[in-house]
Amino acid sequence: MRIAGKGLMQGAKPVTFSFNGRHMMGLEGDTLASALLANGVHLVGRSFKYHRPRGILTAGSEEPNALVTIGSGAQQDPNIRATQQEIFEGLEARSQNCWPSVDYDVQAVNDLAAPFFGAGFYYKTFMWPSAFWEKLYEPIIRKAAGLGALSRQADPDACEKAYAFCDLLVIGAGPAGLMAALVAGRAGADVILAEEDAHMGGRLLSEVEEVDGKPAADWIAQMLEELDNMDNVRLMTRTAVTGAYDQGTYGALERVGHHHSRRAGLPRECFWRIVAKRAVLAAGAIERPVAFANNDRPGIMTAGAVRSYLNRWGVAPGQNVTVFANNDQAHRTARDLVDAGVHVAMVIDSRHDAPDSNLYPVMKGAQVCSSSGRKRVESITVRSVAGEEKIQTDCLAMSGGWNPSLHLTCHLNGRPQWNRDIAGFVPAPGTVPGLTCAGACNGEFSTAGALREGAAAAVEALVELEIKQSEVTLPQAENDLYRVTALWAVPGKGRAWLDFQNDVTVKDVKQAATENFRSVEHMKRYTTQGMATDQGKNSNVAALAVLADATGRGIPETGTTTFRPPFAPVSIAAMGAGAAGQGCKPQRFLTSHRASREMRAEQIEVGLWYRASYFPKTGENTWRQSCDREIGLVRNHVGVCDVSTLGKIDIQGPDAAKLLDFVYTNTFSTLKQGKVCYGLMLREDGFVMDDGTTARLGENHYVMTTTTAAAGQVMAHLEFVRQALRPEWDVQITSVTEQWAQFAVAGPNSRDLLNGLLKEQIDDTSWPFMACGEVEVLGVQGRLFRISFSGELAYEIAIPARYGDALFRALIEQAKALGGGAYGMEALNVLRIEKGFLTHAELNGTVTAFDLGMQGMMSKKKDFIGKAMSTRPGLMDDGREQLVGLKPVGPVKQMTAGAHLFNPDDPVERIYDQGYVTSAGFSPTLGHSVALAFLKNGPDRIGDEVRLVDHMRGIDALCEVVDPVFFDPDGGRSRG
Amino acid sequence: MRITCPNCGERDRREFYVKGAALARPDVGAGLDEWHDHLHLRDNPASETKELWYHEMGCGAWIEVCRNTVSHEVVSTRLASGAELGGKR
Amino acid sequence: MDDLIAMTPCDGLLPVTIGDVTLTEDLPVAMTSIAPYAGQDEALNAALKDAHGLDFPAINRSTVKADARAIWFGQGIALLQGPAAAIELAKFAALTDQSDGWAVVRLEGKGAADVLARLAPVDLRRQNFKQGHTVRTELAHMMASITRIGPDALQIMVFRSMARTLVHDLKTAMAGVAARG
Repeated sequence: MRIAGKGLMQGAKPVTFSFNGRHMMGLEGDTLASALLANGVHLVGRSFKYHRPRGILTAGSEEPNALVTIGSGAQQDPNIRATQQEIFEGLEARSQNCWPSVDYDVQAVNDLAAPFFGAGFYYKTFMWPSAFWEKLYEPIIRKAAGLGALSRQADPDACEKAYAFCDLLVIGAGPAGLMAALVAGRAGADVILAEEDAHMGGRLLSEVEEVDGKPAADWIAQMLEELDNMDNVRLMTRTAVTGAYDQGTYGALERVGHHHSRRAGLPRECFWRIVAKRAVLAAGAIERPVAFANNDRPGIMTAGAVRSYLNRWGVAPGQNVTVFANNDQAHRTARDLVDAGVHVAMVIDSRHDAPDSNLYPVMKGAQVCSSSGRKRVESITVRSVAGEEKIQTDCLAMSGGWNPSLHLTCHLNGRPQWNRDIAGFVPAPGTVPGLTCAGACNGEFSTAGALREGAAAAVEALVELEIKQSEVTLPQAENDLYRVTALWAVPGKGRAWLDFQNDVTVKDVKQAATENFRSVEHMKRYTTQGMATDQGKNSNVAALAVLADATGRGIPETGTTTFRPPFAPVSIAAMGAGAAGQGCKPQRFLTSHRASREMRAEQIEVGLWYRASYFPKTGENTWRQSCDREIGLVRNHVGVCDVSTLGKIDIQGPDAAKLLDFVYTNTFSTLKQGKVCYGLMLREDGFVMDDGTTARLGENHYVMTTTTAAAGQVMAHLEFVRQALRPEWDVQITSVTEQWAQFAVAGPNSRDLLNGLLKEQIDDTSWPFMACGEVEVLGVQGRLFRISFSGELAYEIAIPARYGDALFRALIEQAKALGGGAYGMEALNVLRIEKGFLTHAELNGTVTAFDLGMQGMMSKKKDFIGKAMSTRPGLMDDGREQLVGLKPVGPVKQMTAGAHLFNPDDPVERIYDQGYVTSAGFSPTLGHSVALAFLKNGPDRIGDEVRLVDHMRGIDALCEVVDPVFFDPDGGRSRG
Repeated sequence: MRITCPNCGERDRREFYVKGAALARPDVGAGLDEWHDHLHLRDNPASETKELWYHEMGCGAWIEVCRNTVSHEVVSTRLASGAELGGKR
Repeated sequence: MDDLIAMTPCDGLLPVTIGDVTLTEDLPVAMTSIAPYAGQDEALNAALKDAHGLDFPAINRSTVKADARAIWFGQGIALLQGPAAAIELAKFAALTDQSDGWAVVRLEGKGAADVLARLAPVDLRRQNFKQGHTVRTELAHMMASITRIGPDALQIMVFRSMARTLVHDLKTAMAGVAARG
């Protein structure tokens, strides 16, 4: 119920929203939780395991109970904390984990069967027979358990990621954080102040107190005005810092679009990576519940949350409130309620030395041992020396003390320290380099202390940053002593909840200890204590205190589980922002892309590149028809293919030849200018890295080509050799892959085609096989290489990329006039298999020069990368799998890459494996399938038969081992 | 994780590619045992270790990074060209 | 047959304006990478000064004179944008024509740095990345060069073949920044 004149939202606009289909009114600035409470709604959801009615426990991101689903259809967002979700006009929220409704939930029957469902129930029950697990047990358990559901549709909303940099990151904008930001901001430091809440101020928004002689809200407003006016301070609200990472990097999740209706282009969330030279953690503290029987009923909340709803949102969560506490602070709840005109039935304090009050009755040395009511608390049972007594109440505000929010200090493996005075863990200093803790997260719970520590942390950071600080005056503020006496669980019958989200009770933790899961990490996994969205923010310390008690150890010896990022849930969509669809990698398009699309070419992805796979002609219904025709064009007329994807590396300098001699197995220093040579490159371990042709354009100028697949790897390798291994050599290398569009012109008519375009005519004398040089083509300077990857008379012509589109079109037009046309990757592949030419299908990282029959290319006269290790015993062993060709025996059978080879009489078992097929296709030139394979003792088995087996595709065929060069073995066609 | 490139300054880890331990290439004429050690055997210390990183998305420098595998501290970096990794010839 | 017609890397993709940020394509007449040979730094610097009025840029910096700009482009490399590199420079440095290898775009407007904060892991805010400053970095998985060429203008370069991805990613980030208002 809203209390007139109470709260910080005076004059706020009314907002209509719906919950479980019911339309309600709230105020702008309400969270869903405060709006529901204002509407008298306490029952919000059902619990994870027992489907017990649950309400709102807290007023922050630590909320374990009030998880709802926002929106519907593809935009449905599950597991949103009602305590964090701000309402807006038209917001739709629904309860989850209940059917048919939150009021009547069929699976609430689980609660009656609870004695069977204790810790370890699933582990013990669903063991046998094992075949039942996948088919029966898991689907049923999955259906019954769990929180919200995904829409199972593609998410239409985008998330965003962004980078930010600052001198000082202040995490949390309560009194400590505001003070730290102010001190650093005034000194001129580059500050980011990140606050998880929609509003800055922290606990001060929820407490009735004065700072600097004025109401806390006014002081906050004054601080924010000053900070907002500083260009060097960035204020980030709705931004939860979720993780601390190495070298001052922090992850943070900003809720950008959750708090209003959808807007075009606006991301729903932004995942920030903030790099901070220094950081101040001022994340506050989280109040702990007390475990007693049926402490999970709607209407039972933390005492601090009750104050938040009252003082910030002007909502009284009950009309007849009781308070159960073990510390002085919780008494403020009673004080504030009475002040607002709400009846406080009783304050029950477990301590005998609790403070008295003349505003409300106090029972000292008493404990709440149970509650009753159906979907909301109706009464509590209090136990004292006088015996047990029932007290009517519609809201119990409980407080077991406060846990510092030290999570981030543990993200780099730091371990917190036990502090008896506050009965809680406090951060160990220095666990995250550059991060200092201040205020409640450091165990300092007074406002004055928070302001003092915030200022001190900022000063410490400024010293480290070598920024001169300005004068700091600390404002007057509340400076009460924090008095607490630990109370974790009230003894008694019935289930006393520790972890509300995972339905873990005191009994479950004790049972874990009994069954010898005594380590806190084992207990966690056995009971699921502290898992899921809240990660045990409310419950971990109490649970380990119960474990410590059950195992007869102290809390410090028992220790905590490890806090890991993220501090608050981060959607996968936010972490992977920008990576949906094609966003995971750049797309690279050839200059011929547009023209080949116009020719209806199918595209194939080759690494990041998109290349034309084949160019279908009218009447061709399968890729094979197009491919066969294109091969025919090349073998009989002339074909044109874009080969720009091959890596091209410009190598210049007095030591260019030395570099090539060192990275290639063969010698390039003796290559004549204007000539091209094939080269083989090894890794240092003696295996083949890459191959390609390198042209000598000048005395100290070469251009190397690499395979498409290895272009980046070879560039990195050359840089490594040049910089790390031979820094004294004077040689420069530059990638020019993108500078040049390069087209293969292949076939008997290729020279005629080029002569139609080149300024100066070429012939066999001016451009013999493996010649290269500059040419003028249609008014543009280009480069011409007489090299062939098809076995035909062929050239590659390179031209600055801006002319690529135009030259490709011109080449195609000329080719057509000569009976030829474009060919794609499919035809290119068959053409090269027919010739036994290699790609990375063969150069797969496990083959040696010997395996390829290229041992003769390994120079004996010089050192080169991989030389030493290529001589290892075994790398030149006849028994190795070596390159051969395969053709089918008998009726035409398909051969497939990936198939394995066996002797015809051997069983098809792994130990009899003789090798494998790397490339295969149908050769229209030869009229049968052709394949390249690595076969044990391959070269000695030419003429033998082997059995090719491909279990994946159901192929089992006899093949004949042949020379890998199927077509034109003496190479006469390419030499012209 | 952030690494200080001797050229560009401190940069995000995603700009870099890591190759592995920073080891000098065996001298010319080294035996297979020495090569085997160079290529395959690593100490894996729980302390400071030297690695080679490539500022692939940045300036293209190969860098020797001294890094603590326990604390993740990047202790120092220098250009690989000054790290004498080429071996004797 | 007619002479060949040139096509720009971002043909058909630009210009575009979203919110207060505009993305256009820049078309330097020529781009040449200049990598001085061993011991030639000073001689090259003098030659560069003579030929183009430019100093060889320091790391993470660029130099400008009239229509010529020299951008630090990596370890021991500068990229001369504008005029074709004078042939005398070849005595002191490896010259490599890159005129067609890179897509060059200009992102201009108050929110330009905010847009790039969504794509590149470097601090490009005006106070830390001043006019003339440049970086080689990663931009949405692409190798990129980013240079501040005006108070609110950033020049971005990626490989030519990636122009479409660059424009797509920049437009998405521009929309996100603009929608925040």
